[in-house]
Amino acid sequence: MTVQFGNPDRPNSYIGKTVPRPNARRLVEGRGKYVDDILLPRMVHVVFVRCPFAHARINGIDISGAKSVKGLVRVFTGAELAEVCTPWVAVLAHLKGLKSPPQHPMAIDRACWVGEPVVAVVATSRAAAEDAAGLIEVDYDPLPVVGDMMTALDKDTPVLHPEMGDNLAFQRLHEEGNVDSAFASAHKVVSARFRTARHTGVTLEPRSILVDWNPAERQLTAWHATQAPHMMQSVLATHLEVPESRVRVICGDVGGSYGIKVHVYPDEMATAAIAKIMGRPVKFIADRLESFSTDIHARDHEIEARIAVDEAGNILAFDIDDWTAIGAYSVYPRTSAIEGNQVVNLCGGPYDFANYRAKTTVVFQNKTPTCQYRAVGHPIAVAITEGLVDMAAAELGMDPVEIRRRNMYADDSYPVTSPAKMRFEGLSHHQSMDKLMQLMDYDALRVDQAEARSRGVHRGIGIASFIELTNPSPFMYGIGGARISAQDGCTVRMDPDGSIVALSGVTEQGQGTEAMLSQIVAEGVGVPPSNVRVITGDTQVTPYGGGTWASRGAGIGGEAALLSARALRDSILEIAAAMLQADQVSLDIRDGAVVDNDTGAARMPLEELGRIVYFRGDTLPEGLPRELVQTRHYITSEYPFAFTNGVQASYLEVDTETGVVTLLKHWCVEDCGRIINPQLVDEQIRGGIVQGLGGALFEEIHYDEDGQLLNGSMADYLVPMAAEMPDMVIGHVETPTKESTLGAKGAGEAGTAGAPAAVMNAINDALRPLGAQVTEMPFTPERILRALGAIED
Amino acid sequence: MSEIFRAQVDIDLRVNGEQVAARVIAGQHVIDFLREELGLTGAHASCEHGVCGACTIRVNGQAVRGCLMLAAQLDGAEVWTVEGLSDNNTIRDLQDAFVARNALQCGFCTPGMLVSAEELLAQGGIPERGKIREHMSGNYCRCTGYEAIVDAIETVARQRAGKANS
Repeated sequence: MTVQFGNPDRPNSYIGKTVPRPNARRLVEGRGKYVDDILLPRMVHVVFVRCPFAHARINGIDISGAKSVKGLVRVFTGAELAEVCTPWVAVLAHLKGLKSPPQHPMAIDRACWVGEPVVAVVATSRAAAEDAAGLIEVDYDPLPVVGDMMTALDKDTPVLHPEMGDNLAFQRLHEEGNVDSAFASAHKVVSARFRTARHTGVTLEPRSILVDWNPAERQLTAWHATQAPHMMQSVLATHLEVPESRVRVICGDVGGSYGIKVHVYPDEMATAAIAKIMGRPVKFIADRLESFSTDIHARDHEIEARIAVDEAGNILAFDIDDWTAIGAYSVYPRTSAIEGNQVVNLCGGPYDFANYRAKTTVVFQNKTPTCQYRAVGHPIAVAITEGLVDMAAAELGMDPVEIRRRNMYADDSYPVTSPAKMRFEGLSHHQSMDKLMQLMDYDALRVDQAEARSRGVHRGIGIASFIELTNPSPFMYGIGGARISAQDGCTVRMDPDGSIVALSGVTEQGQGTEAMLSQIVAEGVGVPPSNVRVITGDTQVTPYGGGTWASRGAGIGGEAALLSARALRDSILEIAAAMLQADQVSLDIRDGAVVDNDTGAARMPLEELGRIVYFRGDTLPEGLPRELVQTRHYITSEYPFAFTNGVQASYLEVDTETGVVTLLKHWCVEDCGRIINPQLVDEQIRGGIVQGLGGALFEEIHYDEDGQLLNGSMADYLVPMAAEMPDMVIGHVETPTKESTLGAKGAGEAGTAGAPAAVMNAINDALRPLGAQVTEMPFTPERILRALGAIED
Repeated sequence: MSEIFRAQVDIDLRVNGEQVAARVIAGQHVIDFLREELGLTGAHASCEHGVCGACTIRVNGQAVRGCLMLAAQLDGAEVWTVEGLSDNNTIRDLQDAFVARNALQCGFCTPGMLVSAEELLAQGGIPERGKIREHMSGNYCRCTGYEAIVDAIETVARQRAGKANS
């Protein structure tokens, strides 16, 4: 029996409804339990002495000054930790040619970025550990620094890791059709140079881990603010040489992730190694400077790109040359080549065109390592694509909406394979654009813009269509050799009181996973969502799974939950049929009771069935199966990824005197397939948009030419605040994926993917009559004034 | 240690309506004192620069950054945290509105958010959305994009104004 999604009046119709999040009440009362809230007996705190240079040889470490600090317990060097923790190398076999040197939990002879851990100081309090760390003297010899991305491969630039031969980490060229002849014969060719700034995630909860090693049980337990507990279980087991079965990773409340907490960090591995050496619980909570200097960075790209169009505005070709610098190491185990690879995969994504060349060049440098951060590569690819499409439209004197409509894949053209060799099962670009036009009243907005212009007020409208990669299969990481599960599982159990417990391998980072799972399980079994308790984030308890990344929780974890819930429903009904001497197909479960399928008449509450099964099993037929626990797993197999699509629009005002951009309003129409909880989807999109707006207008990590981090605090690295953010209108088109029963695709990254391009296009729409254009993010007042020629030095 | 530079300071205060006597390290911040010494883990340390507002608590009737004030300054103070404001139902309507509107995701900023929002709401009236956004700009949220938070605060302002008029 399948779920009748089309019928809103079906029984137990919780999928598609806004239901409250079961964990929200706890969090608003301050009863959350984040890692730093956990105290264990004999717990000690570790802090790290970090390299103050971008590149330096470590000649010696003098800890004598620290010994007088009350509360100091022990000090560790990199060499000591290397004895209990093996190094890792962050490469994946399917990213051909990717190279990176072995990385240790702490630097041993040489440190390669400002913030790399060098000495670990353990004390009975964080304050004492900090006091002691301040008294440790490290003798450094500064070494030549590789700072600039575009000169990293030049002959006279020093090689950061001599054993690697050069500073090239990875390069990929993809070519389809005949790009050169398409450009040679085009009606118009438009070129531009884009830059996206180095960002970081700025999770309000800093990275946090508490690790205990129990030598008596030979068991390692890590309470970890992470998105991927099972991946971390495998990593900790491998590098601390403990059987995987003896590592337990527990992930309770997590204070924001956005991709930051899905990676392996040297200081967290050091914390686990220290716990194993000391045989007692060790806590590491990053402070804010450590967050800025050691959380992964992202988006540091420079791109030369061009587009070729014919007279009618048909796109003939894209040619993309993308460069990115990833810091000193590729980040384990997902690697730092994925972002550049995504740019190659995603440019031109919404459009039906024939000739495509894209190349990414990924280089090492002496900065904080970069890796996957929310919407990985999408904001870059969308900015390039949509920026070029708008510039081409302007060249042709064509409306930006019209040029998109002319080129977007027709809604009835699927399945289709793009020139980047991405396979699309079913997208809705045209329907989404129609809905956007209606929501924003595009024509009225153009009238408003013209009226403002007549008063000398410069407003702009920016459109950005996009595709988003969600529901990844093993093609993302598994085929490259990483022990990262693309499959996810769910166990659903009925307890004697008729309540349901669901244990899932996907995790809750605040996006509403537990609410989403409770709705699916409630509908799948036939009970109210309030009667479903969801348990996530414990490798010793939940089915094996991948966790939260690449917008997979609802599409993959949700499908596993639906399959297991339906299986439990069948088990319950088999028992009910025996008890009621009825035909199983004549029964259903509705609102927590077994009912007649046809009439809806109540036959037996689930708690009565639970009482009989658990306490009076003697009254049931001897051979009757009585398994009130069911587990199912789900993995995508027909498509490597389930692509979603959407379109965003920004309306804004540029003050040409000050260069300040004021966001007036923002729209997003998104197609994430089946919507499970409309409110949670909308809020994921709104939150994602604002992260994208931060990248467009404010966020940029600054280094000087010596590789020194210049803005490592929230006072200096600007993130969006309430006052400068607009209200956002969200709309939906639903094209469920046919691969799963549930039909859900991901929604968590769409906002971030499209918002920067929409803002860039809106600013350029406002500036175009003034002959100015910006393509370097963030679009600060200074950059806008320079584009206007108001600042020239 | 001389009287003018003591390593430890004795303080007497009320926290969430209860009498507290403590000897604190002179350099300890209020947020660490509340979290580590009193087990009040609702408010959080985050930026440690007074920028993000995750540590916001109420001291002597005002919203205060727990990371910018020293515990030693609390002698004689009346302190309220999200735990106490929850127990005595002061912000129940605001909490209900946050849950109903999903004005929180990870929840890490929320205890501080609620204290700041209550400070605005206590001024009475129905503030414009722009005023709400301005007032809440000292509290960062990386999850929600703020709109739901503004909606929830606006809803409560309307509810309270309605009750005051009826």
